[in-house]
Amino acid sequence: MAKRKLKRVDLIFSQDCSCKDILTAALKKSREEIIQELIDSGLKGRGGAGFPTGLKWKMAAAEKGNRKYVICNADEGEPGTFKDREILDRVALKVLGGMALCAYVIDAREGYIYLRYEYRFLIPKLEKMIETFHKWMDEFDLDFRVKLFIGGGAYVCGEETSLIESMEGKRGEPRNKPPYPTNQGYLGKPTVVNNVETLVYTMMIMRIGAEEFKAMGIEGSSGSKLFSVSGDTHKAGIYEIEMGMTLEDFVKEFGDGDTKAVQVGGASGFCVPRKRFKETTIGFQGGLKGFSLPTGGSMMIFNSSRSMYNVLHNYLEFFEEESCGQCTPCRVGCQQLLKGIEAIKRGEKSHRYLNDLMRLSETMKLTAKCGLGQSVANSFASIVENFREEMIY
Amino acid sequence: MRTRQSAVKAAVEKHGKERKNLLPILQEVKRSKNYLSRSDISDVAAEMNLSSAYVYGVASFYHFLDLEERGQNIIWICKTISCYMKGSKDILLALEEALKIKVGETTSDGKFTLLQTNCIGWCHKGPAMLINDQPFTDLTTEKVLNIIEEYYQKS
Ligand SMILES: Cc1cc2nc3c(=O)[nH]c(=O)nc-3n(C[C@H](O)[C@H](O)[C@H](O)COP(=O)(O)O)c2cc1C
Ligand code: SF4
Ligand code: FES
Repeated sequence: MAKRKLKRVDLIFSQDCSCKDILTAALKKSREEIIQELIDSGLKGRGGAGFPTGLKWKMAAAEKGNRKYVICNADEGEPGTFKDREILDRVALKVLGGMALCAYVIDAREGYIYLRYEYRFLIPKLEKMIETFHKWMDEFDLDFRVKLFIGGGAYVCGEETSLIESMEGKRGEPRNKPPYPTNQGYLGKPTVVNNVETLVYTMMIMRIGAEEFKAMGIEGSSGSKLFSVSGDTHKAGIYEIEMGMTLEDFVKEFGDGDTKAVQVGGASGFCVPRKRFKETTIGFQGGLKGFSLPTGGSMMIFNSSRSMYNVLHNYLEFFEEESCGQCTPCRVGCQQLLKGIEAIKRGEKSHRYLNDLMRLSETMKLTAKCGLGQSVANSFASIVENFREEMIY
Repeated sequence: MRTRQSAVKAAVEKHGKERKNLLPILQEVKRSKNYLSRSDISDVAAEMNLSSAYVYGVASFYHFLDLEERGQNIIWICKTISCYMKGSKDILLALEEALKIKVGETTSDGKFTLLQTNCIGWCHKGPAMLINDQPFTDLTTEKVLNIIEEYYQKS
């Protein structure tokens, strides 16, 4: 079922269309038509979780009241991801266009771009773009304004409810869900939070149509996606590729000939060893045989000179620092996993202790409050299972 | 201290007293001297009708709301895996040697503070670092020393 060859796509950064023209045409459609088109396209969120975008907008549109918000999630903090920065740098008007579409569909007047602190250098450029955009809004007679909100430097604030908390002047601690933001988001009002890349694709779907978008990719994972490629490769950078490629094809294209593993989805994603490249495809779960891995697009390549212990250690340090500390499984779990692998490496604990740590990470998956704590087990288990000897010796 | 207090007042006036403006206010107050002092925290709290403990709780959550005294320029070196694989450790050592400080410290002339941070979104061009808001990529030990020299001359 997987796509046989890796196919490059050029939608996100293409300059062959004017955002204004796309908006002019799209805003002539009814809200329902736009929602239907997005649902038909099969577009799923590009921030990592993969929620169907059309459905999200539909839910927010169905909420009563006229105080609603559109938030563009530009907190991009997953290790190995840098595509949102590039999008905002090169095609910010497409992002703003996507926000306008959403505002029109759900009936929102205010939007925010939640920009991570590390991308402050983009502020002058973005402010200029927003100015141009506001002029367009006046021309379209659309009562919609966008502001920048600058984050404070916390990975967990990329999680949508934590992001909203921080916008409300609080510690960025994730909320319980439900209620979901589409129902009660920023300041308790219905809110759509979408990733930067997702918003661009809503614009591109308005341009090429649901059918053409859906013709790309595979069942359950339609269209294309940006991949941030780093690590042991001669071609580090950002690439737009059709969904559903196998890791084998990916490594053929990007590896350095000596690839031993690929980390798909960053620190919170999965480590795939060489022997699994063939059967692993990149796409959202479901509709695929073998392993299918969802991803925000982070692809880190490791060759055989790398110690997977160092890799895991680096990820665990990351989680231990970035855990918001709100719930015990994650706060204590991250610390114990990190201490645990260090103790095994030093020979203070027997290699059997790895099994206890595996169980701990499983418990975190089940009991942690948000995606951060729940996903630590992804990299932990996939690295320990496949590179057990490297953890011990 | 008077000027600090009025800086707080101005920031609160500009953004508005509602709690939702706390982050932008703290960011603005921080920028004038690169960190938030205890009195900044209590001034902001007083202006916004919040408790100091609450404001401290929020400020301490965010990496870039420094609560310790910092130098004129803050260097943040990425320590996450992709940069690490490209030799970020060597960059760090070169800086420690050139500035004669360890990570977390500030030079005695107050010009630089050296810190580490997690992935800053330039993994394909590692090693990478930020000096204040400005990113620098594809670092070599030679390149980083030139950059520091430039900042040294400027400040
Ligand atoms: C710990 C954590 C960090 C996240 N960071 C980001 C992020 O930086 N950018 C992003 O778009 N989504 C991030 N997400 C996912 C968001 O919660 C949310 O699902 C997403 O912004 C929705 O947009 P989408 O449907 O367009 O993908 C993160 C989730 C978790 C649990
Ligand atoms: S899982 Fe971790 S980051 Fe998420 S709420 Fe719990 S402590 Fe905070
Ligand atoms: S790993 Fe250093 S910038 Fe991403």
